[in-house]
Amino acid sequence: MPLHEEHKKRAGRNYALAGILLALVVLFFVATLAKLSVI
Amino acid sequence: MQTVATTIDHTIREDYLPGAGDFFALLKPRVMSLVIFTALVGMVMAPGDIHPVIAFTAILCIAVGAGAAGCLNMWYEADLDARMKRTARRPIPSGRMDRQTALHFGVALASASVLVMGLLVNLVSAALLLMTILFYVVVYTIWLKQRTPMNIVIGGASGAFPPMIAWSAVTGNVSLDSLALVGLVFMWTPPHFWSMSLFSCKDYKAAGIPMLPVVSGENETRRQIVIYTLLMVAVSLLPWFMGFAGPLYGITAILGGSLFLWLVLSLFRNKDIKTAKRVFFFSIFYLFMLFAVMGGENLIGRIF
Repeated sequence: MPLHEEHKKRAGRNYALAGILLALVVLFFVATLAKLSVI
Repeated sequence: MQTVATTIDHTIREDYLPGAGDFFALLKPRVMSLVIFTALVGMVMAPGDIHPVIAFTAILCIAVGAGAAGCLNMWYEADLDARMKRTARRPIPSGRMDRQTALHFGVALASASVLVMGLLVNLVSAALLLMTILFYVVVYTIWLKQRTPMNIVIGGASGAFPPMIAWSAVTGNVSLDSLALVGLVFMWTPPHFWSMSLFSCKDYKAAGIPMLPVVSGENETRRQIVIYTLLMVAVSLLPWFMGFAGPLYGITAILGGSLFLWLVLSLFRNKDIKTAKRVFFFSIFYLFMLFAVMGGENLIGRIF
């Protein structure tokens, strides 16, 4: 596999992981608000 | 040109880096869709209210937990999968991913789903989710699948638990009503998988998996399918008899069950692959239909 293509795929995987972590942070935040009956 | 590298137990492609599609395939998305659907209905049927955000979190955890179990199943069975036509194109046997990556991915997802369920939903649901994942991976995949033709009968329990987990997300406990839903999926599993094993018998034989047609023959499998379908139809009426599913569900269970029985009886007489495939595909439709009517009727009853 050409190097630039591998880098591109690795970068994509890292962005996906960052997205999942961010989504988890948002989920925890919103769920905490729900548990506290704020929303 | 494709380059390959041989690890301890299988060959991986060096010219390929697994992408999102490969990781998604590890989660057995088709199985996951059925798990999500039955869990959603379990949640709808449970008495009491749940905040939509917590409900979403519970379903997400169940889906991710089911995916993790599927992933760990593919990690453990990579060698068997390589010997079967139906599973040879999965990420590990096709060389698109190494086993270690799948193991790490599966363990991470399983841990995260149980942890988030415990922190954001409740501890009972988290414990049930953990039990389900362990049951599928340890009891079914590692212990039973390669040892006994009763593998899918006992192992099928893990696929039956999701509605009960979703139910407990609402109520915080396990009730007889939620166990009736477990019973329905549990009794549905043998006719579903055995009808598939009738037309995938060569595959299972090649992989050395002791499925019922391989061990006891196709005639015995057809006989067992009839017996388990009869039991399944009886169990499918429980939600109606117990009073937590409505009359529309009762009528659907009777009609759908009768059609299922007619199909398996024609499979018993005809002994052909075409009828086995018909039973297999009908079984999927049957379970979706029963749960859809049960959940739909309950929702309509709550609104009006």
